[in-house]
Amino acid sequence: MTDRIPGFATLAVHAGAQPDPTTGARATPIYQTTSYVFESVDHAASLFGLQTFGNIYTRIGNPTTAVLEERVAALEGGTAGLATASGHAAQVLVFHCLLQPGDEFVASKKLYGGSINQFTHAFKNFNWNVVWADPDDISSFERAISPKTKAIFTESIANPGGVITDMATVAQIAKRAGVPYIVDNTLASPYLCKPIEHGADIVVHSLTKFLGGHGNSIGGAIVDAGTFNWSRDRRYPMLCDPRPEYHGIVLHETFGNFAFAIACRVLALRDIGAPLSPFNAFLILTGIETLPLRMRKHCDNTLAVAQWVAAHPKVAWVSYPGLPGDRFHNLAKKYCPNGAGAVFTFGLKGGYDAGVKLVSNVKLFSHLANIGDTRSLIIHPASTTHRQLTDAQKAQAGAGPDVVRLSIGIEDVEDIIADLDQGLAD
Amino acid sequence: MNHDSYPDSYIRGILNTVKTIAMVGASEKENRPSYFAFKYLLERGYTMIPVNPLRAGEQILGRHIYARLSDVPVPIDMVDIFRSSRHALPIVQEALTLNPRPQVIWMQLSIRNDEAAALAEAGGMKVVMNRCPKIEYGRLSSEIAWMGVNTRTISARKAAASGGIQRLSLNRASVPGGATEAAAAAERMERERGSAG
Repeated sequence: MTDRIPGFATLAVHAGAQPDPTTGARATPIYQTTSYVFESVDHAASLFGLQTFGNIYTRIGNPTTAVLEERVAALEGGTAGLATASGHAAQVLVFHCLLQPGDEFVASKKLYGGSINQFTHAFKNFNWNVVWADPDDISSFERAISPKTKAIFTESIANPGGVITDMATVAQIAKRAGVPYIVDNTLASPYLCKPIEHGADIVVHSLTKFLGGHGNSIGGAIVDAGTFNWSRDRRYPMLCDPRPEYHGIVLHETFGNFAFAIACRVLALRDIGAPLSPFNAFLILTGIETLPLRMRKHCDNTLAVAQWVAAHPKVAWVSYPGLPGDRFHNLAKKYCPNGAGAVFTFGLKGGYDAGVKLVSNVKLFSHLANIGDTRSLIIHPASTTHRQLTDAQKAQAGAGPDVVRLSIGIEDVEDIIADLDQGLAD
Repeated sequence: MNHDSYPDSYIRGILNTVKTIAMVGASEKENRPSYFAFKYLLERGYTMIPVNPLRAGEQILGRHIYARLSDVPVPIDMVDIFRSSRHALPIVQEALTLNPRPQVIWMQLSIRNDEAAALAEAGGMKVVMNRCPKIEYGRLSSEIAWMGVNTRTISARKAAASGGIQRLSLNRASVPGGATEAAAAAERMERERGSAG
């Protein structure tokens, strides 16, 4: 007598959303309100004391946003979720719940440039210290561990270099070190890869990318896998110690396998801020309903475009793990069997000038600094996002002068290729 | 009964049937998990009876605390055990002596005692282990989803009306949604914690 488990596409449409209990509205209503009335003083006390479930103030929780949180948690296979104003906000809240000043965490050095900036500069002000490891040399994660290490952080598919992290191996290293493993699953989306199945304890997202999918809303999310034992070594006081903010309750003891998501909400989101707007939550929810359809099309288009680009005489190299022969192809087959995502880079033999020329010539590709849109997007990092770096830094970041990054949309693939063809023509 | 995972219908059936719950190990301290569960279930309309020999004669939220189950003067539908796993067996043995006999033995999150469960089931009682009735009520009514928790249910049916602000009914037609690797792993972890405790 076991319950039947619905498939991914069913969850993408239904998880978290039920007809509104008051009006019967079938689409999730936008609760565009700051606050919620209390039934009584006692009800208010129960809510503030975390003794009952409910809404107080939209900085801490909102019924529209809650639907999104449950849906992302369900798609990732986690116990609970939390939505935030951006992916960056999600990372601040996660590390706020894990680190004390002076603590360290180990992170892959192949990350989205914005995360490298955040970890290197912004986190330094909190005395949260990143130690970099190299996903091309997995043992470097083990070597980076110290008694101060409180977490390991990687991306599933790294942006923009097409690096696939060997998550199962990193997860074992985290387990041996007794620290949670955090995976940013933005580029893959849970349709292509579920890091929790490979040992992640916490998943973070920029919802701005493929989950929202339409380039209309900034948002972030945290998913608690429910797998980490916060009390065992007593190294995470936000989870395992009595909290003075809440009259001495111990969150792990009280909330069990979703305590981390609760800590992110009631300790981090409450006191740091950066909640998602309910309107953004609505737009992102609508996007997620078609995630499986879009990701399939994104991946089909991307493989075709990557093959075409690889055969072009002006192209020196292509980095897309979906291509046979790519150095990450075997890891892609293991971790992302349904497709290696829709973002890849390639190098132009003509270098910097050729990159500038291509982004200036394209007419269907949008020249901008986002990824994961229905529209095809292009950027030449050396002349835009990475222009302040030295040439050596650019090369290390995978943003050398010849590099072009594409995020392939869901247009007709013939039109995408035709635009690149004319853009590369003399 | 397979005590590694319970169908939603089994849990919902229990929470819809029982009315009087004796909570063994209930604490009067406002920051203890047992107090949270006691207060929540009281607010959801259950008749809650605290049982705690160290606090007998005192009160929790106006409810008289009894020293032991056999002191409770009214019939008990469900015994909710808020003690570590090794204490579950004598509590079940005491429950078996009650007349009328309780219908349900419920052991809290992280508490599991298969010997006690087998004894209770042989005595005709239903058993739930390593679950919290507050969390299960919140999950099956979907109230807990306001905290972003994955209820692992989906439904295209409007829930029955429920009185009060921010109250959702347990009587809601849902199908299981998204039982997960994570949930299974978490259950394994809770079980390990439980057997250690």
